[in-house]
Amino acid sequence: MDLWLLVAGMGVITFALRLSLIMTSGRIELPPLLLQALKYVPPAVLSAIIFPEVMRPDGVFDPSLGNPRLIPGVIAAVVAWRTKNVLLTIAAGMIVLWLYHWIVALTSG
Amino acid sequence: MQARRELRAGIKSELPVAAGVIPFGMIFGVVAVAAGIPPLLAQAMSFIVFAGSAQFIGAQLIGLATPAGVVLLTTFIVNLRHLLYSASMAPYLRTLSPACRGLLAYLLTDEAYAVAILHFDSGRDHPAARQWFLLGAGMTLWIAWQASTAMGVFLGAQVPAAWALDFTLALTFIGLVVPALKHRAEISVAATAGVVALIAAGLPYQLGLLLAAVTGITVGLVVQQIGRTRSWSVR
Repeated sequence: MDLWLLVAGMGVITFALRLSLIMTSGRIELPPLLLQALKYVPPAVLSAIIFPEVMRPDGVFDPSLGNPRLIPGVIAAVVAWRTKNVLLTIAAGMIVLWLYHWIVALTSG
Repeated sequence: MQARRELRAGIKSELPVAAGVIPFGMIFGVVAVAAGIPPLLAQAMSFIVFAGSAQFIGAQLIGLATPAGVVLLTTFIVNLRHLLYSASMAPYLRTLSPACRGLLAYLLTDEAYAVAILHFDSGRDHPAARQWFLLGAGMTLWIAWQASTAMGVFLGAQVPAAWALDFTLALTFIGLVVPALKHRAEISVAATAGVVALIAAGLPYQLGLLLAAVTGITVGLVVQQIGRTRSWSVR
């Protein structure tokens, strides 16, 4: 039930932001600094999620090759940079992750 | 007559964009279930929140058992850009009743806004029937998003946890961020936010995420300001 309330809250916030200025009648100029800051929200928030997801897979900082997510993450970044294609990026990262697990299983078994 | 023409034009303009979001709706469904969100709630996120990036980030945070206040604050920051769309749509919709504006605000996603504002600025629209274009575009995207979420939720429930599909969330974000890093300011935003997130990862309640995002944005603004003064002094 808690999670349902939380999702409802996310919905209310999103809807309120979308509705807010539509309900005003005139043209509203947003301050340039806010506009500029808004452009930086996606790279900031997403990078703040990506780095720990890749470098701290089990909640511990692990920049070694023993970290199963490091190589897939780096290769995904290269694919994203070269192709600008999100689906290819996901496919490349997951294939490398599965290969990594497969090789580890082979060598340890 | 004009209404029907604008409605049809809105649907037609949105169709290619809606087709493009289908894979993301499916990935969202799969990833939300992989993050431990119950299938019905994952679908409800698409229905109630109806904002892709906030849903992806919300799924990630809920999967990490983040406190509600931090999830809501992050949702606010991530969706702040909708203020921009709201301000930009206001002059076109001011004659409508509050209920109509409410419905169109619910449908005002990035994808519907992008298509609608291009149409309104093109001069080829019918000013009295503009709302129908936005309604057509918004509904088209809504249907594609709900249906593709449902497909993803269904698929996600079939996939064993050993496939580690939760990692597709981070991969999706990598695919979105890396191509957008074109200028020095954006690169410094991403690098700062990433490094601060690593250093601050031990903070309670996932507050490291917010700290990292705010630091990254601030550094970006500073770098951009320095770049601007430099180019002035050269001239």
